[in-house]
Amino acid sequence: MSTFIVKGARPYGEDAVDIEVTDGVITAIGQGLTGDETVDAAGLVALPGFVDLHTHLREPGREDTETIETGSRAAALGGYTAVFAMANTDPVADNAVVVEHVWRRGQEIGLVDVHPVGAVTVGLKGEKLAELGTMARSTARVRLFSDDGLCVADPLIMRRALEYTKALDAVIAQHAEEPRLTVGAQAHEGDLAARLGLAGWPSVAEEAIVARDCLLAKHVGARLHVCHVSTEGTADVLRWAKARGTRVSAEVTPHHLLLDDERLNTYDPVNKVNPPLRTTTDAAALRQALADGTVDCVATDHAPHAAQDKDCEWSAARPGMLGLQTALSIVVATMVEPGLLDWRGVARVMSERPAEIAGLTDQGRPIAVGEPATFTLVDPAARWTVRGAELASIAANTPYEGMELPGAVVATFLRGKLTARDGKATA
Amino acid sequence: MKHLLGTEGLDPATALAILDTADGLKRTLLGREVKKLPTLRGRTVITCFYEDSTRTRVSFEIAGKWMSADVVNVSAGSSSAKKGESLRDTALTLAAAGADCVVVRHPASGAAHRLASWLAHTNTSVVNAGDGTHEHPTQALLDMATLRERLGSVEGRRIAVVGDVLHSRVARSNVHLLTSFGADVVLVAPPTLLPTGVADWPVGSAGSLRVSHHLDAELPTADAVMMLRVQAERMHGGFFPSAREYSIAYGLSEARAAMLPDHAVVLHPGPMLRGMEISAAVADSPRAAITQQVANGVHVRMAVLYHLLAGEEDAA
Ligand SMILES: [Zn+2]
Repeated sequence: MSTFIVKGARPYGEDAVDIEVTDGVITAIGQGLTGDETVDAAGLVALPGFVDLHTHLREPGREDTETIETGSRAAALGGYTAVFAMANTDPVADNAVVVEHVWRRGQEIGLVDVHPVGAVTVGLKGEKLAELGTMARSTARVRLFSDDGLCVADPLIMRRALEYTKALDAVIAQHAEEPRLTVGAQAHEGDLAARLGLAGWPSVAEEAIVARDCLLAKHVGARLHVCHVSTEGTADVLRWAKARGTRVSAEVTPHHLLLDDERLNTYDPVNKVNPPLRTTTDAAALRQALADGTVDCVATDHAPHAAQDKDCEWSAARPGMLGLQTALSIVVATMVEPGLLDWRGVARVMSERPAEIAGLTDQGRPIAVGEPATFTLVDPAARWTVRGAELASIAANTPYEGMELPGAVVATFLRGKLTARDGKATA
Repeated sequence: MKHLLGTEGLDPATALAILDTADGLKRTLLGREVKKLPTLRGRTVITCFYEDSTRTRVSFEIAGKWMSADVVNVSAGSSSAKKGESLRDTALTLAAAGADCVVVRHPASGAAHRLASWLAHTNTSVVNAGDGTHEHPTQALLDMATLRERLGSVEGRRIAVVGDVLHSRVARSNVHLLTSFGADVVLVAPPTLLPTGVADWPVGSAGSLRVSHHLDAELPTADAVMMLRVQAERMHGGFFPSAREYSIAYGLSEARAAMLPDHAVVLHPGPMLRGMEISAAVADSPRAAITQQVANGVHVRMAVLYHLLAGEEDAA
């Protein structure tokens, strides 16, 4: 029987307590607990381990930019205990073989629970449903399906996907982008993109699909999850849909909470993402929507890319940026410091809600006796400077290079196992 | 000035110096049998075109040669603009090979800016010879040189820019330059061919910018009409119903040209779609300044190379 005591941690930012962990389970919480082994957590905030519904681990296919192992390390260092690995790998995760591989590699590495996301359609082509049931019944037990990177644009295929997954207790996560409105799109359609000569990605291309999908989900009584919401209008649509009882959830990325399209000015593709960085008004509306629960959770859209795929001309660059190790700090900067969320709120948007959305029963659990010892210790007073080259990912494409960020993950525990400590993943 | 990347943010004093130099060069070379100045002897100018444009490339080439620079053409072709051969590697290679100036034409907006950032620690200058749908600053400068010759000054003058503003780097560069010299610019196009928020673009404090969808209403008060190219692919992109309808609404026919004041000048960056964008008769009429634009193009590009390479520090 292995027992240790986490000394002086502040669950959800409240009063300091000692937490006793025995065989991966929280066995006591109180003052002055003693044991053979202790972890000093004085002043650190304890939160349930973060759950990321939107991670690109690039394995199989682009192991030069990230592997399940390096991505797991980045996740543990970022305070995550579960991540959902997107299906747009090569080969695409549209069958049981690929999802089981991803699942098994995650287990072998053991730093974080890696849940493969299954593709909705074969080859992400949007034409024919992938074998959703086979993936759901595989050892990977897929519960989240997405063609992320591409929109399931055909309304009939989307309807069928929503209907079909009802029987699987699964959710369709949609990358909402009406492709006919974003032909050649390179940046948020607005003044700046127009001046820079970059073809626009209009907000309405996202909003129209979210509205359509909410109507479809309501019509068939299925569950819909909206990936990386980026516009004020989408928040309005979600508010309306939720008010009329649609079973819809949504995520927002840290970068859409913090950054805006002013960053396009230099043409540096490190700022190129899909959906694109929007306006300051959108970012403010998204922070509000996250605070009031219209947007349910934060998801990183962690998207590692090789240097040559980023250090090029804007239109040739791949969209995406790293996110796992900076997410907590960006949430602190955009939500906690301005008073929009307290630490309980952070636990809700980074752990509890994403776990619920994906149907995880052993993640996003309270820090309480009898619960799995799956939690993260955060130093709220820390400040650190981002250096892409020092992050655990193989790729280094972070827009926060050189930026000083508030709040730091000090340690992460997955079912009692220390997976990250003081900036080192412990595998 | 180390690079010429665009006219947005180009300070009017620098632009004026380039225009005056171009003027001086033109007068110096006038009537000379051998058009050769020793100014840039020993300097190497590399033109690197990832997009075909004989007109612009030749203009830069002649400009360099008339100033005795060594001009090397790298025909990058459209295929290498795709993956495989990176613009960054090409840039670093050209700088290492001793290019004093790289003149780049590229289908990606911002390519010249990226090039300049990769070459920040070298002595190599970058001239943007057209980047995607962003800017084409030497075209705007040569248009300005032409307008100055025809109208004296553009200050307070009304310039109509007509056609596919959305995809036009010529229009973008001209909006910035013309308004910074006090011109009142009106962009005339169907709403489908105008950029988002164009009416609110920041413009040179001296001039103004306005949008119109009705060419006939603008012609009687226009001092100059700048026609833009309509690329064939736009005709099938649903930007307007048909070439015929476009021509009826936005083509510069003889009847339309007759609505212009007598002094008004007609410009076109070429190549022209005669009959659709502009009638042959108007294009060949004395009020058209199209060949004058081409001639001025060489002098303006000479002046740009001079200001970048002849070692003069910018007064402003
Ligand atoms: Zn996506």
